[in-house]
Amino acid sequence: MAQDKPFEGVTVNIVTFTGPQIAEPLQRRAPDFEKLTGAKVQVITVPFSDLYNKLLTDFATGTNSYDAAVFAPQWMGDFIEPGYLEVLTDRVKGDAALKWDDIAPFFRDFSASYKGDVYTIPLDGDFQMAYYRTDLLKEAGLEPPKTWDDYLAIAEHFNGKDLNGDGKADYGSCIAKKRNAQSYWFITSIAGNFLQTQGTSEGAFFDTATMTPLIDNDGFRKALQIYVDSTKYGPPDEINLDVGDTRGLFTSGRCALTLDWGDIGTLAIDPKTSKVQDKVGAVIIPGTKEVVDRATGKLVACDATTCPNAIDGVNHAPFAAFGGWSGAINAAKDAKTKDAAYAFLSYMSAPEQANEDVTIGITGFNPYRTSQFENQDLWIKAGMSEAAAKSYLGAIEASLNSPNMVLDLRVPQNQRYQQIVLDTAIHRTLAGETKPDEAIQEIVTGWDEITEELGKDDQLTAYKASLGVTK
Amino acid sequence: MPQPAEPAGGGRPPAVYGERLAPAVFILPAVLVVLAMSIFPLIVSLYLSLSRFKLAKGGFTVDFIGTLNFQKLLVGSQQFHLLGKLVPLSPVAWAWVALVALAALWPAISGLRRGAGWGFVVGRLVIATGLVAIALLFGATASEGGQFGSLGVTLIYVFGGVTVQYLIGLGLAFLCAQKLAGRRLFRVVFFIPMMITPVGIAYTFRMLTDTTKGPFAPFWQLAGLGDFAWAATAWGARIAVMIGDAWQWIPFMFIVLLASLEAQPVDEVEAAMVDGASRWQVFRYLTFPAILPVSVTLVLIRMIEAFKIVDLPNVLTNGGPGIASESLTLHAFMAWRALDLGGSAAIAYILLFVVTFFCVSFATLTRRAGVAA
Repeated sequence: MAQDKPFEGVTVNIVTFTGPQIAEPLQRRAPDFEKLTGAKVQVITVPFSDLYNKLLTDFATGTNSYDAAVFAPQWMGDFIEPGYLEVLTDRVKGDAALKWDDIAPFFRDFSASYKGDVYTIPLDGDFQMAYYRTDLLKEAGLEPPKTWDDYLAIAEHFNGKDLNGDGKADYGSCIAKKRNAQSYWFITSIAGNFLQTQGTSEGAFFDTATMTPLIDNDGFRKALQIYVDSTKYGPPDEINLDVGDTRGLFTSGRCALTLDWGDIGTLAIDPKTSKVQDKVGAVIIPGTKEVVDRATGKLVACDATTCPNAIDGVNHAPFAAFGGWSGAINAAKDAKTKDAAYAFLSYMSAPEQANEDVTIGITGFNPYRTSQFENQDLWIKAGMSEAAAKSYLGAIEASLNSPNMVLDLRVPQNQRYQQIVLDTAIHRTLAGETKPDEAIQEIVTGWDEITEELGKDDQLTAYKASLGVTK
Repeated sequence: MPQPAEPAGGGRPPAVYGERLAPAVFILPAVLVVLAMSIFPLIVSLYLSLSRFKLAKGGFTVDFIGTLNFQKLLVGSQQFHLLGKLVPLSPVAWAWVALVALAALWPAISGLRRGAGWGFVVGRLVIATGLVAIALLFGATASEGGQFGSLGVTLIYVFGGVTVQYLIGLGLAFLCAQKLAGRRLFRVVFFIPMMITPVGIAYTFRMLTDTTKGPFAPFWQLAGLGDFAWAATAWGARIAVMIGDAWQWIPFMFIVLLASLEAQPVDEVEAAMVDGASRWQVFRYLTFPAILPVSVTLVLIRMIEAFKIVDLPNVLTNGGPGIASESLTLHAFMAWRALDLGGSAAIAYILLFVVTFFCVSFATLTRRAGVAA
């Protein structure tokens, strides 16, 4: 009956990257959705490196072969400004099943929104945390890292020791530092703590008044030094490792510490691959007791004014790197298709589906709803011990509840700022090709050049819009 | 006898028109395809290289900005990326430049002495100027404190890689040209790497060069190289890329050179041997001149291909550490991926210019040798 199946005969073409992550839950749940609504969902996958350009080409040329897309919300600026994406504000307000208010405020108000309107439905919560080996730290009488100084000290302590009982020397810290991979996100995970103190809308990339890059200051300089120093305690080929490699090393017990998105939590409980089951703890990204005074560029001590969001005197700015896979709808499609596409995204994000998907490693979906970290049973059912679930969910809660979460850069052509200029300069420093001060100048010049090219006022407006700054 | 009637109107018969039009009709589709698929993109990319691409409401804009993209790459903020970090030349580097200059100017000087035409001399001087400029670039980036940019790295891949591939390919071809047991099998085995996609080779070498968990890890560790990482040092990464590239392309050199060697008349070689020529003399005076024309063509084809290397550095090292193993094509690809279409097109045009210069120079300088052979 048409009433029972409101989208009978409608086909939704939804594009995302070649999985298995992200594509897997969409493909797995599409037949169930069809049974419920009659809409046939076809999941089209393309390599991650091509996804942005495929989408852009499809939208810009008016081909419009995709009805919906699951992509990085970081690209929203490039897609929203030319008018390619459907505004979803009214739809989410009237959608009780979606339980919009259950989605953590950061993802609801910043990650899914642009200039006050909602454009995407979050399916994944991406922010970085620090992971440590609970057994090792307990044995050594060490506390989990609260600051970057702690992180380096713990890494130094364990580096060169056998951490998994195979008789070989292992590593203090494993961070994915490969060029053109995830390296530039991790430097922001360190630097954000020094640069952003007053909450998400302050931003950690540019000054919201002048569009001056927040790079040439003592905070970023210190962060870069920490990043370089951590390499001393990593595997010999750390600067050529991506997260796939570091996850493998950490779950095989070869690293005492690592930085990563939420994925480690579910990977560590996989009995097939993990040698560190019940030996993994997680904490909010380490912070700092000294932050940058934006007027002078110097470091100043944390107090009630300089670090209003500090925990025990330590400023934490967890970084929502990448932002989490989110679904959006092509504005150019007909009303029926848009309705069906929205219904599918809402179905995927609804707690009934999402709360199960986030506990399965292969989905690539990490927690982004309050109910997902409040309900420990979900995780214990998935295979975590109570202690591991408590630690993992505690770190997620601390990060998600932080009003000082750093929003990833979402100005037009953000890939040029990050993947080209920032990534190249950082990697050259890690490789010893350039000194930190030269790298800082390289980044400032490169970023200013792109800003001038694309129009300083336009970029500043877009930056402020992404942060929800209205003045 | 009645004579055949003249065609009405006194004009040519339709068959003659058809014959005259036929070449144009048959060639036109091919010309149109070439224009559409090759010339048109070439012109559009030239315009793009002089423009700035921006997304705008309802689509995109392409604004003409003159040579700004080229300036940025050659003398601006991206100079380090394309040309490298330039430092004052060391005495050794100056000696190297002088040596290259002498060798490059020699054809022009000898042409003048022989009384060759001005066209010849000017042509050789243009080639010499280009070669000296490249020698200066290498001198300035290889001296202490300097670093190679994507142009220098590409030239290392081209000249280092192609030389090694030619020498090993020739050696293997010589071996397989002998009457050895199992040579048919080896001919097939040596040819296999060419059939594999470059991305597959890149992943294979990524695994092989992993000293901590790759299949050769125990050997690396036994050799005390467990802490050495190919991709973490500039030359390690470049050499890994060149080994992968060589592994794929040596078969191409091998198969063509083998065919060329086997085409050499046996009686010539036997006569020389009977006359007391050594193996080296036979190679130097008979075999090498015989395979020289093929070798020149082979090297030229490989050079053009090698300039476009992208898969291996992209998968193996992502151009790292830093930009130490980044080729020009990878440089352009990364810029394109980040939507810097103007910058990407400018790099592609610089690559086109460099490839054309080297290939024309190589063909010009080797033409006489080939003809003489």
